[in-house]
Amino acid sequence: MSTQEQYPIDVEAVREDFPILRRKVGGDVTTPGEGPDDTKPLVYLDNAATSQTPKQVVEAIVDYYYGYNSNVHRGIHHLSQEASVAYEEAHDRVAEFIGASGGREEVVFTKNTTEAMNLVAYAWGLNELGPGDRIVLTEMEHHASLVTWQQIGEKTGAEVKYVRTDDEGRLDMDHARDLIDGDTKLVSAVHISNTLGTVNPVAELADVAHEVGAYVFVDGAQSVPTRPVDVEEIDADFFAFSGHKMCGPTGIGVLYGKRHVLDEMEPYLYGGEMIRKVTYEESTWEDLPWKFEAGTPPIAQGIGLHAAVDYLDDLGMDNVKRHEELLAEYAYDRLAAFDDVEIYGPPGDDRGGLVAFNLEGVHAHDLSSILNDHGVAIRAGDHCTQPLHDKLGVAASTRASFYVYNTREEIDALIDAVDDARQLFA
Amino acid sequence: MGMGSDMYRQQILDHYKNPRNYGELPDATFSHVGENPSCGDTIRIDVRLEDDDETIERVAFSGDGCAISQASASMLSQRLPGATLSELKEMDRDDVIDMLGVDISPMRIKCAVLAEKVAQDGAMIYEGEIEIEETTTEDDV
Ligand SMILES: Cc1ncc(COP(=O)(O)O)c(C=O)c1O
Repeated sequence: MSTQEQYPIDVEAVREDFPILRRKVGGDVTTPGEGPDDTKPLVYLDNAATSQTPKQVVEAIVDYYYGYNSNVHRGIHHLSQEASVAYEEAHDRVAEFIGASGGREEVVFTKNTTEAMNLVAYAWGLNELGPGDRIVLTEMEHHASLVTWQQIGEKTGAEVKYVRTDDEGRLDMDHARDLIDGDTKLVSAVHISNTLGTVNPVAELADVAHEVGAYVFVDGAQSVPTRPVDVEEIDADFFAFSGHKMCGPTGIGVLYGKRHVLDEMEPYLYGGEMIRKVTYEESTWEDLPWKFEAGTPPIAQGIGLHAAVDYLDDLGMDNVKRHEELLAEYAYDRLAAFDDVEIYGPPGDDRGGLVAFNLEGVHAHDLSSILNDHGVAIRAGDHCTQPLHDKLGVAASTRASFYVYNTREEIDALIDAVDDARQLFA
Repeated sequence: MGMGSDMYRQQILDHYKNPRNYGELPDATFSHVGENPSCGDTIRIDVRLEDDDETIERVAFSGDGCAISQASASMLSQRLPGATLSELKEMDRDDVIDMLGVDISPMRIKCAVLAEKVAQDGAMIYEGEIEIEETTTEDDV
């Protein structure tokens, strides 16, 4: 098909790497996996929530468990050394992937983006913030950032302000410049909004923040999986993302921090693995990043994330970005052709690979149930951005989000299913 | 494709599009409100009792939300008159599913039972058994 030629990824080959995409759905959900009543081919468009996992990543995890499963940093024995080397190398590989020139020392493995955010909130925010200080967020923050900093504000007396979004769902940078004042100690901004699809000018925000001496935390949960990201070009002080949204396993996230910033921070969790010397009276901390990785870390998941990063780099992140943009634009255009569909966020040619919308007269949960009957997996709800939905004046929306294995035909299937819902509710 | 959905049989869609007993009862014996935070559904139920202070005479509802929650409230408003408060309080989720006449997927059960919960909590508050401001389906399903 000629329209497909501009798509830089060989989707058919990619789909071979994801066995789950061949399954059918629709039957009994109490037994996991495809059963006899599952008759509808799966159309998986919920990638902003969690992406699927390619064989290469699963195999890396299997190799670990079958070949060198062991605790890290604790044993002199062979398996522990193999596991330690692999786990440490995963940090280096992730650092390289996001342009962190400090290597592993700037890359802390966490449980997910949320935990990375909380790590900084507890280890830095609670200690450094107080009455008179200001935290600046955006109106489109995910709850991972919004709720966390709201709590830190409550506990420390620091005030929380929100940079406005305009009618097209873009950040109002003039408002940002007004809000980010001499009292501001932290600016936390989502890189790509998981609801609006807006790509925020985070490097520009970082400039504004640095002028007043504030730190910048960029929530990259939706950007690192879908486009090339260079944390040093952005000049982020902190940057976070989750493995499970980028072909990796669940149970692992990443906190990037500039080395001198992490160095000055107190630990977040205490215990084994993060200490250098312990007496009955006192303890000293391990070097970066281990100081922030207390207890047995997510070893298999770290190794899986390494494989996920390799997988994405093989595809080429520029190609991934282009693929996402083309699908988002196609979905946007097809949905925008209906006058009973309201789409949130900026125009189709200027957004990340997701589209949130509502069909007039049909609640998002009803719509998603009907889409589910067609085998189409999308997300319905507030996508962890409740205040933003309040601002949009809706309780919930339906979100389709795309990844490297999605096709235009799958978006056509989405549109057919939306049509069916329209007829049912007409 | 027009294949339709099992969960959205004609009856549900009919009650959603043409809700029965929609509104408020000016002479209600008690009324109560509730919400289903996961969907943003809200329901207010008004109940008028007969002189025996036990038998339900009329029910009205108002609210906003998904088809399952609103149709369920509409059907309940037709089902309850004639029943006693104890019978109302004995209803469980299977009774609601029977009333709806369709299979409700696990993720949508909260939508289906919201109206029943609101009516039951309203009755219990009226009889002094519990003290709450608002019902939410978040904790108990
Ligand atoms: C923008 C954004 N931030 C944070 C998160 C939280 O990620 P996690 O649930 O993996 O911590 C998500 C995804 O749910 C997200 O889309």
